[in-house]
Amino acid sequence: MAIFKKLLNGLSRTKQRFVGGLKSLLVGRTIDAKLLDELEAMLIQADIGVKGTMKIIDDLRTASSEGRIEKGEEVIDFLKNELKTYWPEADRAIHFAESGPTVILVAGINGAGKTTSIAKLAYQFHSGGKKVVLAAADTFRAAAVEQLTIWADRIGCDIIKGSAKDPASVAYDACDAAIAREADVLLVDTAGRLHTQDNLMRELTKIRDVVGKKLPGAPHEVLLTLDATTGQNAIQQARAFVQAIDVSGIFLAKLDGTAKGGIVVAIRNEINLPVKFVGLGETYEDVEPFDPDTFVEALFA
Amino acid sequence: MFEALTDKFNGVFRKMTGRGRISEDNVREAMREVRTALLEADVHYEVVKQFCDDVVDKAIGQEVIKTLRPGQLMQKICHDELANLMGPVDSRIYVVDPPPTVIMMAGLQGSGKTTTCGKLAKYLDKKDKSSLLVACDLQRPAAIEQLGVVAEQAGTGFFRVEGETNPVKVARKAVNHAMANKIDVVVIDTAGRLHIDDEMMKQAEDIAQATKPHQIYLVCDAMTGQDAVNSAKEFNERLELDGVILTKFDSDARGGAALSVKQVTGKPITFIGVGEKLDDFEEFHPDRMAGRILGMGDVVSLVEQAQETFDQEEAEKMQAKMAKGKFTLTDFMGQMKQMQKMGPMKQILKMMPGMSGNAAALDMISGDEFSKMEAIIQSMTQDERDNPDIIEASRRRRIARGCGMQPQDVSGLVKSFNQASGMMKQMAGMGTRDRMAFAKQMASGGMMGGGMPGKTKQRSKRLSNKQRRKRRRQKRRR
Ligand SMILES: Nc1nc2c(ncn2[C@@H]2O[C@H](COP(=O)(O)OP(=O)(O)OP(=O)(O)O)[C@@H](O)[C@H]2O)c(=O)[nH]1
Ligand SMILES: [Mg+2]
Repeated sequence: MAIFKKLLNGLSRTKQRFVGGLKSLLVGRTIDAKLLDELEAMLIQADIGVKGTMKIIDDLRTASSEGRIEKGEEVIDFLKNELKTYWPEADRAIHFAESGPTVILVAGINGAGKTTSIAKLAYQFHSGGKKVVLAAADTFRAAAVEQLTIWADRIGCDIIKGSAKDPASVAYDACDAAIAREADVLLVDTAGRLHTQDNLMRELTKIRDVVGKKLPGAPHEVLLTLDATTGQNAIQQARAFVQAIDVSGIFLAKLDGTAKGGIVVAIRNEINLPVKFVGLGETYEDVEPFDPDTFVEALFA
Repeated sequence: MFEALTDKFNGVFRKMTGRGRISEDNVREAMREVRTALLEADVHYEVVKQFCDDVVDKAIGQEVIKTLRPGQLMQKICHDELANLMGPVDSRIYVVDPPPTVIMMAGLQGSGKTTTCGKLAKYLDKKDKSSLLVACDLQRPAAIEQLGVVAEQAGTGFFRVEGETNPVKVARKAVNHAMANKIDVVVIDTAGRLHIDDEMMKQAEDIAQATKPHQIYLVCDAMTGQDAVNSAKEFNERLELDGVILTKFDSDARGGAALSVKQVTGKPITFIGVGEKLDDFEEFHPDRMAGRILGMGDVVSLVEQAQETFDQEEAEKMQAKMAKGKFTLTDFMGQMKQMQKMGPMKQILKMMPGMSGNAAALDMISGDEFSKMEAIIQSMTQDERDNPDIIEASRRRRIARGCGMQPQDVSGLVKSFNQASGMMKQMAGMGTRDRMAFAKQMASGGMMGGGMPGKTKQRSKRLSNKQRRKRRRQKRRR
């Protein structure tokens, strides 16, 4: 993860958002029903969901009745600790191939931010001195290949486009090219698809399988791009994508808006899926490794 | 997950069945399920709170109609309230003369604006309006090319300005181009933007300033969560939206965020996108959406529930009679009375696809028409009621005199009765689904006066924002 180190300096943007919100709510107060209600409102508005919120509030209530916390100020640390245990460090690291190219398959619903997220990752690897190849396996959406090509040009990495309209064959060719060019990382862009479209989900499975056949152990990382503004439906999304392609982590895009992305808490609770990266803008530089601390702080900003 | 909302309601109310009045405690307890259902559907926290309070107010002390279980009544109250929150909707696009009518699309990144432009073009084409799709997303890589392909797929015009980096200029040129070429509608695709990105929001304002759109739509992803209201509020404040287009509605998202957007901005959802193909585009129906948010399953199952509200025992007796052909005018009267009591029936029939235009026909069984029938039957002897065939001219005159009506009114009633009993005999042998289909057929051309299509049109009168606000305020006070 050395190449992401420098990004840790760039956390300021999310940090800035943590100005007061929760703190001003808590300072000088005791933990009572009213305070718990206000917290509940905050958690639900962060998209954590009813179940997850209830769990956190219940834990807080228990801790308070057992005298483990008393003052409002202590709530922040309590919540941070509670939420941070959800995402242990080990879960968030990228799985690299032991030898040969590391293949990262990226999927998600329409417009979630897949292509842009790929550009961000490509840029990070590229500027970390790795040889990167992109696979334009979104053969469906209008001008999707053109979009990825523009990113490849901007970053200065290779791109493989298929002649056929078959995404699996593009992915296959891209594996070949990655091996031939001795690439370190192959990033596979796929067409956006709703998790409810069974045939398209099967197509995704096929892409994954084809890649695995070509390169044993691949894909080494399967990222689900999730729009941070997504509500409770994200749980259904995550379930379906996990089932189709064994997702290994989430790329949480568009966290630069006002949405808190609390849905990843619910996803962590219900399907045990870690968040690996967050997207914070529209340029290829706007990416950070997921940091639970910052995330939790921003959640209550 | 919430398909069993009614069951849960019924569980809460089971204790009180037969008591006939909904109490505050019962309602509050039942509303906990609704609250969860709404929150899991991504309805905004504050909107949920307000909604639940409103429903409690409305439900407390309501007389429980004998044929309805309290749980169902609650469900209906929730459903109607939700539908009210979202309606009325007028999806029509008013085309101006001389052309062009300008439509501007706005929204967050990835919400589906570009695809929706193509869908709108197809929709307009079906209404014989020509359109021009204008590429004003100069931000995202290959966005222009994407719109170009979409325009081609939609078989409509496409406008771009090579090398231009200012979307305001592109938009202005496009409108001029449409004016000169007499293109009916200009659809401006804009870059996705965050509502907190002041520079980009200013740009959107500038595009609107320069082109004076007749309609500005916010394109909103059906899967959006609690933050939807924050962005929608800002877009509305900056651009004065006319409506919201909800995309990706073919997913299993409940789309509660959209309801919140309507609540917060006062702007209705006008269209929904239901697939990736350009034809997958529909006008919006609040009542269907209400069912979805509450997780009540499809319309048919709703109808089935309502049908159960007929007094079960009574219905069985009736069915036996019908099957034997022993259905009398007395029974007919009883049936009509029950139908009339069953207000929701009409409501539910209205929800069925294709029924809204015929709902007027159902008015026949209420009000004047009904009391007229009742009067006629009351002035008959028992023999005549049991066996209407014996009613000849002299009996007809006597009955008419007895109720202050004309002999032809009497024969009219007997005729409807004969038709109805024939139908009911048929219906007695059908399952619920078939019976509904039959009832639909009946209402559209049969006994209930042949329907009155067109009546619904009046309903869609457009209210100004001011009127709408006023109306909402009045409703709240009530
Ligand atoms: N503000 C912000 N915008 C983002 C971010 N990531 C992506 N976007 C924008 O979201 C929109 C959609 O991004 P894409 O990368 O094209 O999404 P996609 O999932 O590849 O879309 P499809 O291939 O059409 O399904 C674009 O306008 C991006 O610029 C982010 O982290 N922040
Ligand atoms: Mg893409």
